[in-house]
Amino acid sequence: MTDEHRKSIREISPIDVYKLLPRTNCAACGEPNCMAFATRVVNGEAVIEGCPPLLTKKYEKDLKKLLHLLAPPVRTIHFGTDTHRLAVGGKHVLYRHEFTYQNPPPIAIDIADDLNDEQINERISKIQDFKYTYIGRTLTLDALAIRSVTQNPERFQEVVRSACRYSDLPLILCSTNPAIIKAGLAVCSERKPLIFAITRDNWKEMGEIVLQSGCPIVVSAPGDLSLLRTLVRTLQEWGIEDMVLDPGTFHSENIGKTIHLFTTIRKTAIRNFDTLFGYPLLGTPISVWNGQELSDNLNRWQEAYLASMLITRYADILIMHSIEGWTLLPQLIWRFGLYTDPRKPVSVDPGVRTFGNPDKNAPVLITSNYALTYFTVESDIKAAKIDCYLIVIDTSGLSVEAAVAGRYLTASKIAESLKQFKADSLVSHRFLIIPGLAARLSGETEDETGWRVLVGPRDSSGIGQMIRERWPPSEE
Amino acid sequence: MSDQDKQDFSGIIRMLGPGLAELFSGRQIELEHVELELGELELWLPLGGIVPAGIHPPLKGDVMPDGKPSLTVLPRPEDLIVEQFRIEPDVFPSQIREVTLGATKTEGGTRARTVTVGGSTSIPFTHPDSPPVHPPVISLDVFDTRVPMPKALKSHLTDVIDDPAAWARMNVEQFGADMVTVHLLSTDPLIQNRSPREASRTVEEVLQAVDVPLIIGGCGDPKKDAETFTEIAAMAEGERLLLNSVTSDMADAKTLEPVCKAADKHGHCLLAFTGLDLNSAKELNRRIYQYFPPERLLIDLTTVALGYGLEYSFSIHERARFAALMGDMELSHPTISACTNAWSAREAWMDLGPEFGKNDLRGPLWETIGGLTLLLAGVDIFLMMHPLAVTTLREVAGRLMRKTDEKEGCADWVSIPM
Repeated sequence: MTDEHRKSIREISPIDVYKLLPRTNCAACGEPNCMAFATRVVNGEAVIEGCPPLLTKKYEKDLKKLLHLLAPPVRTIHFGTDTHRLAVGGKHVLYRHEFTYQNPPPIAIDIADDLNDEQINERISKIQDFKYTYIGRTLTLDALAIRSVTQNPERFQEVVRSACRYSDLPLILCSTNPAIIKAGLAVCSERKPLIFAITRDNWKEMGEIVLQSGCPIVVSAPGDLSLLRTLVRTLQEWGIEDMVLDPGTFHSENIGKTIHLFTTIRKTAIRNFDTLFGYPLLGTPISVWNGQELSDNLNRWQEAYLASMLITRYADILIMHSIEGWTLLPQLIWRFGLYTDPRKPVSVDPGVRTFGNPDKNAPVLITSNYALTYFTVESDIKAAKIDCYLIVIDTSGLSVEAAVAGRYLTASKIAESLKQFKADSLVSHRFLIIPGLAARLSGETEDETGWRVLVGPRDSSGIGQMIRERWPPSEE
Repeated sequence: MSDQDKQDFSGIIRMLGPGLAELFSGRQIELEHVELELGELELWLPLGGIVPAGIHPPLKGDVMPDGKPSLTVLPRPEDLIVEQFRIEPDVFPSQIREVTLGATKTEGGTRARTVTVGGSTSIPFTHPDSPPVHPPVISLDVFDTRVPMPKALKSHLTDVIDDPAAWARMNVEQFGADMVTVHLLSTDPLIQNRSPREASRTVEEVLQAVDVPLIIGGCGDPKKDAETFTEIAAMAEGERLLLNSVTSDMADAKTLEPVCKAADKHGHCLLAFTGLDLNSAKELNRRIYQYFPPERLLIDLTTVALGYGLEYSFSIHERARFAALMGDMELSHPTISACTNAWSAREAWMDLGPEFGKNDLRGPLWETIGGLTLLLAGVDIFLMMHPLAVTTLREVAGRLMRKTDEKEGCADWVSIPM
């Protein structure tokens, strides 16, 4: 069940790709030539479909070969409609430092059909409205997982119908009873939902439904990797390819099993190009709610840390129950961070930023060029409505604290930046406000720049208060 | 391909009968021989899962919606095709150095117990048959001066915040700390500039108050820390303290050599600190090896808070551990993570509005997730503060190491009321 002739994404050279490109240097892809495009493709910065001529009949065979060459060992599965389509899986590597992780795992929140209609609508709108602004980006939840608790196909269908009415979010239909899934699909098949799940007990009937609907399916075999492979193998023979694997999310005492199972599957898929394990993995932190005699907050706590561990260890999609902001926020932020390009710090360009209408007496502040630091400081300055200059120093994209510790932000770096960005021409005074977390550098900075240093707050939310209380600074 | 062609083709396939259909039913090797033809057939044969949504796969005797007879059924397996799976633990050529911290009376110190870290032979928690050699160690922080701290952390410290010895005792007795870290921030020339002698007295008090091994944290000033560490190394002769930390700044300030030599002479361990850069970590370690035995060196590669770059810390720890297991001896040291840094993220302590809940749980969760993430990456020692984060990390680490009962199932979540 392995494909030994395939190369990992890290072994594919730009030449391998170039050989199969049209090699006309037409530049229709936006790159100066085919070799440049090939390089971007192997670096994961461009997709092969970005070459327009390749999509024509003439290059059909080459495209096919390229798609095979570049196909990730973990298949990409899509669900949802064109406007809200989610890509799941598509993983190339085991370790993040090898190659940017692709397709951040969608987070689905469950809707149980034993809730009343009012509760359901309220829950759906909470899920849809959930957002958090982070480094200038809006982080949101991704899908609804409709669960049949009543075991009544009509009720399930009703809830699926109202979910479709009130929300555009992609759906996961959850029941191991084929009759219930059928009832749900009858009112939402055009949305191409993900179906949960095929099991040892329902595989024939559910397999039939999958073939008829063309929807992707979760194959579930909790704790039994041989059974999981058995089901996948059989379904492959049936002609079913759009599968997601559920090895079971064990919690509490058995949390170790979860990590072992997920890691084993992913390792086997990536190292051996194993075709039975080469599918995305479903993690279900929602499992912690299965009847433990615990307080809601304790369940939320467990669900939260389990979800973050699953994001770290290879889950490609998650189903959760809690919709508390404090449990979801760390997941959204961790997912964002883990799926960034490991080679490039998330950074902004160094330089001078002007806020409001600063005059020659306006404050001058410095910060790092780590994107999170910059956007946080920016929003705090705007909120405090301060007219000032902010000098963004090139700290190689590290936060102030890390940059000071790693010596990317030093007194001489500050001096160099003030000179480079002509700070002395901006204002007539010579007072520099440095971040509280860089307080250590104040003495040396005064020596190296000739500017007087004011140590600002440790968190930029205190900038407004500081300026109100300490600006303009009194001499001595 | 015209409709006429399609009909002709399906006729041919029917004529060929079950033999060809069987050929099409799956095996990849055989499919490769007919690759070109298949490209055409895919439009209307239920092969490779290419069944357009909403269209039934052709069944025996079925008539397609357009009235044309459908293809013969491709035989599908009626029973499960049984597959077996077993995997052996990974075997790496090298092993992380093992370091024991603290010393009992018979070993020349005064501790009731010691802790041993390192010794890893594989990436942790990847196989039930290869649990880590030693459980992860949790060290709770004590500061010798008031430091800015979120309410969620301060609230349980009210009685001890000005008494490092009492604080250390609480960490051990109430929260089960494996170790205690005494941060001597008051020695910072920019804060109180307390003398090495005074700092040493604080450490002495803590040594008397608790019987677990200690980590001694400096203030970050390369000259001052060197003086403080040298003083303490002599005072606590034989205690096998972990001095946190030695840096490239010390090398530049020419204080690295004396600190290393003092630590070696008096039998302590060292922590080499670098900022998220493996090359500088290796370079600093090479310098330290000139004056200090690698067998007693630990490394801190920098822990950044979730939301502030935790992914950099995660990746650098994964890289370092993998390289070390593959034989890079300059990285083959136990690692340490200052999880408490989680609290520098505003998401950990700031009021973000009602939908994000009170930060009395959000904050400790922030510290917990940072710790668990680096636990998965192989970190050996965790410097922590919040009791809830400490309890969770310890509990989860224990469970990750335990072999689970094969019979225990995963209860159904699909259909249960919540």
